[in-house]
Amino acid sequence: MDQILVSGIAIATSIAILVLISLGLAVIFGMMRIINFAHGEFIMLGAYATVLSANAGVNLWVAMLVISPAFVALVGLICERLLIRRYYGNLTVTMLATWGLSLLLIGAVTALLGNTTRGIAAPLGNVAFGDYSVSTYQLFLIAFAALLVLATALFLTRTRYGLVARGTMQNPEMASTIGIDPKRVYAVTFGVGAALSGLAGGLLAPISGVLPNMGASYVAKAFVTVIAGGSSVLFGMVGAASLFGPIEAIVSLFTTPVIGQASLLAAAILLLRLMPTGLSAGFRRSP
Amino acid sequence: MTNPRIDIGSLAFAALLAVVALVGPMALDTFHVLQLSAYACLALAVVGLAFVWGVLGVLSLGHAAFFGLGAYAYAILSTAAGGSLVALAGAILAPLILALCLGYFLFYGRVGDVYLAVITLCVTLILFSFLNSTADVSYALLGVPLGGFNGISAVPALAWPSAAEDFLTPATTFTLCFLALAATYLALQLLRRTRTGRIMAGVRENERRCELLGYDPRRLKLLGFVIGACVAGLAGALFTANAGYVGPTVFDLSQSSQFLLWTIAGGVGTLSGPIVASFVLQFLASFIGTSQVANTSLVFGAVIIFFVYALPNGLIPSLQALLRTRFRLAGRQEPARAAGESVESAP
Repeated sequence: MDQILVSGIAIATSIAILVLISLGLAVIFGMMRIINFAHGEFIMLGAYATVLSANAGVNLWVAMLVISPAFVALVGLICERLLIRRYYGNLTVTMLATWGLSLLLIGAVTALLGNTTRGIAAPLGNVAFGDYSVSTYQLFLIAFAALLVLATALFLTRTRYGLVARGTMQNPEMASTIGIDPKRVYAVTFGVGAALSGLAGGLLAPISGVLPNMGASYVAKAFVTVIAGGSSVLFGMVGAASLFGPIEAIVSLFTTPVIGQASLLAAAILLLRLMPTGLSAGFRRSP
Repeated sequence: MTNPRIDIGSLAFAALLAVVALVGPMALDTFHVLQLSAYACLALAVVGLAFVWGVLGVLSLGHAAFFGLGAYAYAILSTAAGGSLVALAGAILAPLILALCLGYFLFYGRVGDVYLAVITLCVTLILFSFLNSTADVSYALLGVPLGGFNGISAVPALAWPSAAEDFLTPATTFTLCFLALAATYLALQLLRRTRTGRIMAGVRENERRCELLGYDPRRLKLLGFVIGACVAGLAGALFTANAGYVGPTVFDLSQSSQFLLWTIAGGVGTLSGPIVASFVLQFLASFIGTSQVANTSLVFGAVIIFFVYALPNGLIPSLQALLRTRFRLAGRQEPARAAGESVESAP
């Protein structure tokens, strides 16, 4: 019984991590249709922000939940203003521009902080289930991921800003005729997406090694999860994560984490072959 | 249409490469012979990408996957004493099979352009992390340990088919690499002028229209994708034969981005541009590398952003356009045909 519970927690954790790393991309790629190849580097910057400020003596929770998202949102807004804004609607060019951005950020962080792995200890200790013990931080991640999805969904559907953002993404010209500045909406939405990526980086910092090219291991998973989710960006993504997370966790358990990742990708390619418009094609209209 | 004709510019460019192939070993010292052979191998890989992206309109970010697969296939087969010909054949066959499987899912699943780019990138990343994790001796193919991060070293050079130990000299390898580059360039240039090649360009311009005219874009895209993969695999094999070593870095992001960068820099839609750009930028990269000014990913990132920002058409087409306007300003009006020259007829 305890063993089943513990395995369930491990699978739920892998779903939660997948949701966390995909959430920012769901906003930037899913909603705004910007192929952000620098997504992994946004996560990396968030992780560095947490590690560096925690080492400088800031409270870990403040570092993870406030400093990381704020810092990456700032970086995202600067990138949007200087680079991405010029190429909205041109998928290939934004893809190349963000690829350049990704390499530039990796290079800059390597030059400034060195190519060494940093880390911080996970807080909260352990909780025991019978003979097994589970890190409490894992339970926190699961709860926080669920909360974050709920908050993002409510933000997009129940607030005025969410309505304006979704309307603008659907028809920027119509939005501009009723007095909304699409450029501003795009910039703010990109900032929100970047903040979510930074938050993911901050939350993952205690459970992963923090190094300049750590983003590469997240970007692929995040993209396939968002793509496989399909047109209903948020719930499709969560659905895809709930499908891929267990596949990766279970295969990793029996083989190696790398084969787990490969099986996640294989599952995604197979899913897209069977359902080319993504998992949420059958869903009712929702964000 | 059934009898494709090649323009004089392409022939001249291929002839130039062939002349370099023959004269180079006599004019250069051994260090530069080895260095230029490696550059020619990477240029060969880029021609494959230039074809897939520029002619077929398929933006694959996973070109390095095929390059690396060819490199590893050559390393494994030649180390396992299979002989150079078998190793080269394997290095073309392995990427061909991967491209067929991947292309079937991508094109027949009608995965959009954007998704295709992302998925090809993911495949490359997975291969990179897989080969990095093969440090344990139990990961071996045909008795050759994959070596994890250290890769496979002491890979035999190319040998004449007559005797396994009769290795080609660096000078002969140089000639072979450049001749392979010239031949592939000419073959792809010829292919784009055949009926199939023209329909491929049609698919790039308007897929739906081609389909309504009765062509099958999925089949054509798969064909072109597989051709590009085979070229990349051959390039990977020659590169490994030249270097005597292969490691997981052939799959890493900077390798993929280099191919892409050279293609953009040379101009998407041309085949000669990316070749020229690859040589120029490789000299630049080796200069930056030896002078230790900055790390390469910083420089490459900045260069990609620069090209996207300033020269979205690429180096060669921008240069051509500049020359064209200069000549026109100087009063030497070219025939109207030249001004309206489409990308299709560029050398």
